[in-house]
Amino acid sequence: MDNREILVDIKNLRTFFYTEDGVVPAVDGIDLTIHRGEVVGLVGESGCGKSVTALSIIRLIPNPPGKVIGGEIFFHGEDLLKKNEEAMRMIRGDKISMIFQEPMTSLNPVYTIGNQISEAITLHQKIDDTEAKKRTIEMLHLVGIPEPERRFSQYPHEMSGGMRQRVMIAMALSSNPELLISDEATTALDVTIQAQILDLMRGLQKKLGMAILIITHNLAVVAEMAETISIAYAGKIVESASAREIFKSPRHPYTYGLLQSIPKFTEKKTNEPLPAIEGMVPSPYHMPKGCRFNPRCPFATEKCREEEPEILELTPGHLVRCFHPIES
Amino acid sequence: MTEKTMEAMKKRQNKSSDDYTYVGMVFHRLTRHKLAMVGAFMLIVMLLFVFVGPLVWRADPNEQIEGLEGMFNVPSRAHPLGTDDYGRDVLARMFFGGRISLFIGFVSALTAALVGALVGLVAGYYGGWADDVLMRFTDAMLSIPTFPLLIALASVMGKGIGQIILVIVVFGWMVDARLVRGLVLSLKEQEYIEAAHAIGASANRIMWRHLFPNTLAVLIVSTTIGIGGAIIYEASISFLGFGVQAPFASWGNMLQNAQQFIWNSPRLIIYPGLAIFMTVLGFNFFGDGLRDAIDPKLKL
Repeated sequence: MDNREILVDIKNLRTFFYTEDGVVPAVDGIDLTIHRGEVVGLVGESGCGKSVTALSIIRLIPNPPGKVIGGEIFFHGEDLLKKNEEAMRMIRGDKISMIFQEPMTSLNPVYTIGNQISEAITLHQKIDDTEAKKRTIEMLHLVGIPEPERRFSQYPHEMSGGMRQRVMIAMALSSNPELLISDEATTALDVTIQAQILDLMRGLQKKLGMAILIITHNLAVVAEMAETISIAYAGKIVESASAREIFKSPRHPYTYGLLQSIPKFTEKKTNEPLPAIEGMVPSPYHMPKGCRFNPRCPFATEKCREEEPEILELTPGHLVRCFHPIES
Repeated sequence: MTEKTMEAMKKRQNKSSDDYTYVGMVFHRLTRHKLAMVGAFMLIVMLLFVFVGPLVWRADPNEQIEGLEGMFNVPSRAHPLGTDDYGRDVLARMFFGGRISLFIGFVSALTAALVGALVGLVAGYYGGWADDVLMRFTDAMLSIPTFPLLIALASVMGKGIGQIILVIVVFGWMVDARLVRGLVLSLKEQEYIEAAHAIGASANRIMWRHLFPNTLAVLIVSTTIGIGGAIIYEASISFLGFGVQAPFASWGNMLQNAQQFIWNSPRLIIYPGLAIFMTVLGFNFFGDGLRDAIDPKLKL
């Protein structure tokens, strides 16, 4: 259905953390496909393995305790997991860039922002300082920072959170990456700034044409941005489909529950409490047997408690990991 | 908008750019720290004494006045601080001795800080077995009783300024190494280090460009206090007779030389003793103030 070239193809990725208290299967079989220029959303609760997936792609899992123990991550047909550190460094920040959650602490306090963006540029391109400065100012202009020439020589502490996130985006995009990973990039910002940053990212995506992997726990963010959405639960993808499908006809009980728990302003006022998903996220040390969602699932049967469901394509492009998918 | 608020806004904009830079802020806070200013004043006095003094009082520190009447002169016009047991001008010896003491203090404290920073950076950044090996080595070095070994070393390596500096560095880097390692352990978890990894920076680059400058604040404070310590160290080594050798003066060997005459001419001990006291106290006060000024959580 999507005939664009496949940029990233993650197959059965498994990243475990070996802690003193036991093994944490943070990511346990995640599949994800990102086409060239596509915006993909990866949604899930805290601890479901979203960020670990992102860090696995650019191979920055802190080791020890973390380790990618299985799966493949194809980027342009080459397995990133088989590359050595040197080759990975060439890719990081050049072909694949990442922006992080905390704009307040993502910039080094001792250097000017111009200095830091220039560093990102000169690490991957052989250009001299004046050229790098020119490009940096261009980038600052591109991400909508007023007076880029003056801002160039300012320190991070002289800027607001929203401005710093713009700087981070400028840094990430400075070498024209093919994939931008946004790990909760708007979570720490207040709603108005969040909207601005999302607008900016969408605009830049149209302009520059890079693919974006948006990692968030906020369904509203992906609703605005993403073409396809994958829902992760306890280290596994439970549902994956186009954004329209996910919101219109969720098939997995977890996705359904998530969508139910969003207040809707179009509905008439009722005094009913907002529906919530019962129970808690399972402890990573004691994953439930069978389907990982079964203790919280209203439709769970004996089979769900015994066997683990495979992910199946129910309708073209709509994958669900459930024995009893909700009828559309 | 009233004129007043306009003016206030303009004023704020005209605030000197110094107030916005980190160094500017630290300097501003430092000037409000009384103890630091006392220390700075003491240091300036000592530096002027040592470097400007010889321009005002031109006397050869090694020239001896022959004969009994040249020895142990009380302060006079010809010799403002009197003469020593060889009939040498004490004031001139104080100048040049101070230069050597300060030089040794600066060079050895700075080198020790750099060595310590290197060890601390590598141990803290890589962690694991590198950390274990380096830190256990640091612990081992810290547990060596310095003075006996020092005397042994001095007798093997010979005596001289270079050797003193080497000895002070060999026994002086451990505290800085621990300090930097501890800092790096927390700094490397910061998001900007993760971001540096994500733009493809190498380990070396992250250590020296991203981590090292962030440890500088603490390292500068420790080095400032370390200079005072190194001056005392030099004095102790020279006092034991293994340091700067005659006829060259250092405050330490002036002390050592004077101890035999402590009952006859106590002033020969008081001068270098006071100079060391002033300088070390100055560095300690200043270093203490610097630490307070660098800590933004402290109100000054």
